[in-house]
Amino acid sequence: MTTNILEMRHITKTFPGVKALQDVTLDVARGEVHAICGENGAGKSTLMKVLSGVYPHGTYEGDIVFENETMEFRDIRDSEAKGIVIIHQELALSPYLSIAENIFLNNEIKGPLGLIDWNKTNIEASKLLARVGLRENPTTKVLDLGVGKQQLVEIAKALSKRVKLLILDEPTAALNDEDSAHLLDLILSLKGQNITSIIISHKLNEIKKISDTVTVIRDGKAIETIPKLEVTEERIIKDMVGRDLEHRYPDHTPHIGEEILRVEDWTAYHPQDPTRVMVDHVNLNVKRGEIVGIAGLMGAGRTEFAMSLFGRSYGTRISGRVFKNGVEIKTRTVSEAIDNGLAYATEDRKFYGLNLIEDIKRNISMASLKKLERGGLVNDNEEYKVADSYRTSMNIKAPSVLAKVGKLSGGNQQKVVLSKWIYSDPDVLILDEPTRGIDVGAKYEIYTIINRLAAEGKGVIVISSELPELIGICDRIYAIAEGRITGEVPIAEATPETLIKFMTMEKERSDV
Amino acid sequence: MSDLETKPGADTAAGGRVEPADNRFTRALSHVISDLGKNGIFIALILVVVVFEILTNGVLLRPQNVSNLIVQNGYILILAIGMVMVIVAGHIDLSVGSVAAFVGAVSGVFAVNMGMPAWLAVVLSLLIGALVGAWQGFWIAYVGIPAFIVTLAGMLIFRGLTLVVLGNQNIGSFPDFYRALGNGFITDVFGALDIDPLTMGVAIIAIVALIVQSVRTRRGRQSYGQEVEPAAWFVGKLVLVSAVVLLFAYALATFKGIPVTLIVLAVLILIYGVIMNRSVFGRHIYAIGGNLHAAELSGIKTRNVTFWLFVNMGFLAGLAGLVFTARLNLAGPKAGDGFELEAISAAFIGGAAVTGGVGTIGGAIVGGLIIGVLNNGMSIMGIGIEWQQAVKGLVLLLAVAFDVYNKRRSGGR
Repeated sequence: MTTNILEMRHITKTFPGVKALQDVTLDVARGEVHAICGENGAGKSTLMKVLSGVYPHGTYEGDIVFENETMEFRDIRDSEAKGIVIIHQELALSPYLSIAENIFLNNEIKGPLGLIDWNKTNIEASKLLARVGLRENPTTKVLDLGVGKQQLVEIAKALSKRVKLLILDEPTAALNDEDSAHLLDLILSLKGQNITSIIISHKLNEIKKISDTVTVIRDGKAIETIPKLEVTEERIIKDMVGRDLEHRYPDHTPHIGEEILRVEDWTAYHPQDPTRVMVDHVNLNVKRGEIVGIAGLMGAGRTEFAMSLFGRSYGTRISGRVFKNGVEIKTRTVSEAIDNGLAYATEDRKFYGLNLIEDIKRNISMASLKKLERGGLVNDNEEYKVADSYRTSMNIKAPSVLAKVGKLSGGNQQKVVLSKWIYSDPDVLILDEPTRGIDVGAKYEIYTIINRLAAEGKGVIVISSELPELIGICDRIYAIAEGRITGEVPIAEATPETLIKFMTMEKERSDV
Repeated sequence: MSDLETKPGADTAAGGRVEPADNRFTRALSHVISDLGKNGIFIALILVVVVFEILTNGVLLRPQNVSNLIVQNGYILILAIGMVMVIVAGHIDLSVGSVAAFVGAVSGVFAVNMGMPAWLAVVLSLLIGALVGAWQGFWIAYVGIPAFIVTLAGMLIFRGLTLVVLGNQNIGSFPDFYRALGNGFITDVFGALDIDPLTMGVAIIAIVALIVQSVRTRRGRQSYGQEVEPAAWFVGKLVLVSAVVLLFAYALATFKGIPVTLIVLAVLILIYGVIMNRSVFGRHIYAIGGNLHAAELSGIKTRNVTFWLFVNMGFLAGLAGLVFTARLNLAGPKAGDGFELEAISAAFIGGAAVTGGVGTIGGAIVGGLIIGVLNNGMSIMGIGIEWQQAVKGLVLLLAVAFDVYNKRRSGGR
């Protein structure tokens, strides 16, 4: 009988307007590999942030019991002191420091004068590197390592802190097959050294391979915990998506016309690594009045496709052809793309979409100042009128259009982004994660707006990692994996299960 | 326009509804408070003026000194206009002092050594200023080197080239037309009277223009159903501003009349004010400074905007160099030393944000005037250069600290 190293009891965490976690209980047995699955935004990362003290004690409800003691972590250092180490999806290494320096960052081995003992540091680092199976000189700069090796350095760093519970957030998301396999072996070997792991992953085959127990989280609730013998991919998928699909999406009767946009052989490479193909001969089309979904996991090339198409805002060595109404168009710059009737509403509205220090009015007009201009001067009364009309028609909740966008809620910010692009009067809108970080009510409003755009005869492409959302609003769905379109599913046949199968379809590798 | 229902809703009748009196009062009050907050910098200027007027026993606002204030600070104010635009876009320009010196030196070669007509020398010099800006803009906008580095290099390059052009000697005694830029006054057109009627006339025309423009803006807003400030406050502000303008004009009129530098400045403020407030180019500058990525993804040609910003900065630095050279009647190797710091301080004291996206021409001008009054007031009081430096540094620090504090309080980013 194993004992539990960790018990998270009745954890509830609320953000303004959103209940991110609701009464979640998670038991992790000593020495096991415990997988946590769930869609993007289900609450996995939030749960881990609660556990590691990123959200300090007092900002959530419930108890964390670690090694039979109730914990009240104030910050991440508290949890690390107890042996809980989290390795995030985005690695937290300093690129210009050496491996050894990174491993002992803020945990330096000091000599008698309080100065760093470099010999001992490098020797200890070598020992740790041996444990994670990384054959590199500890003085090598992290910059010079690939992502897979950097991941190993992170684990070595965790080991240096005498980790008892290792949390890995999507550890293989950015790794190739070989590195992934090595990493999974390492997790199993750490298990042999009595280190417990929690692994968050989308990759169901991986989970099945290494985990002893799987907990599925959906909409901030723990759905069930499945012991190893009962784990099947079907059951996990059902738990992940099995929600009431009724009434979350407005009714939509499509009036689909002729083709409005067609993309042929669209290919783009990674901007820093021009040998790495990110978008691989994508072919797709949209018709008038049609809502087309693109389903893909994070990093599958969805955003890369959209941004490379929209004025080459992403990637290098971009090739392919675009046709609008059957006529080839160019989209070499953003303004050319806009002039040709394209609009792209970004997935990261704060970073790429909005000028947060400006007001609603100026954000809405930002992409269409030409329309308000006469002789180089902007008619700001007209601008106010336009913005105010969108405030009304899009139901943007703000005292006036002079309110700063940075002070609005996520849903209202998203409505400003959509207003901006609708005002640019496009024929095709690409909406990248249009409902990310938005509460349920505002989501419904966004869906209604999308339907209205389609009803006006525009073509709408919706990129989303929430499958029920795509199934709820789209007329047709493409699945994308590793930069390729792996499937095209008419809405009548679309189920989360079929989509996930396409979304996780890997390239056939000639070298295996 | 989109086909969406974009008709304004029925609830825009804010002006038409009858409100309870206390509600109207609080709304009026909130207008006054918000105006005071927005114009905090003006209030700061008035405070500084009042303090030094008292400390200098009334010397500060004597007609001659008021005139001096403008003429002495003209070149800094010209630089501040360009600088605030650069800062709003999220860049900086450290080279303006050197560029001003360089263009001043080149103009000396043109106007004195080569004996060109003064107007031609001025035009060519401004062109060279713009070219210098284009050089720096190229590296910043198209090669992608941070403005800090490019203009730091420019600071050295153009200081060096100034020495090369001057060949180790000052160039001096410029033609009259040229000198008027820095020293000239338009006066006595109607004979030598105690109070120059032209100056007062121009002031009155300016006031009328201001009132007409303000009323038109207000009418325009009302016709679009936007909320406007209460009439009493609107009139009150106009009366206040008109009074200040009249007093200022009176001071000039009893001295030598309108300085040419002031005319240059007034034209620049008008043109660049319109550019920043109303033009597409100005909007693009604010958009770039507020969020570069969002601006790019909105189809704004961010590189071109940055390039032209620096061309403009080079042009204005050149103009400042001419005004300064004209004032001294001498192009020397030390000209423009430290101008960049005064111009940058003016922009920041005037409310520009270090992170970009925020700042106004008016703010930068007032910021420059505050520095000018500090310089001038402390000089009159006989305070040494060492303390002047220290005080100015402290004022800059406090101004930016106030800005940062304000932003944090209002939840900023």
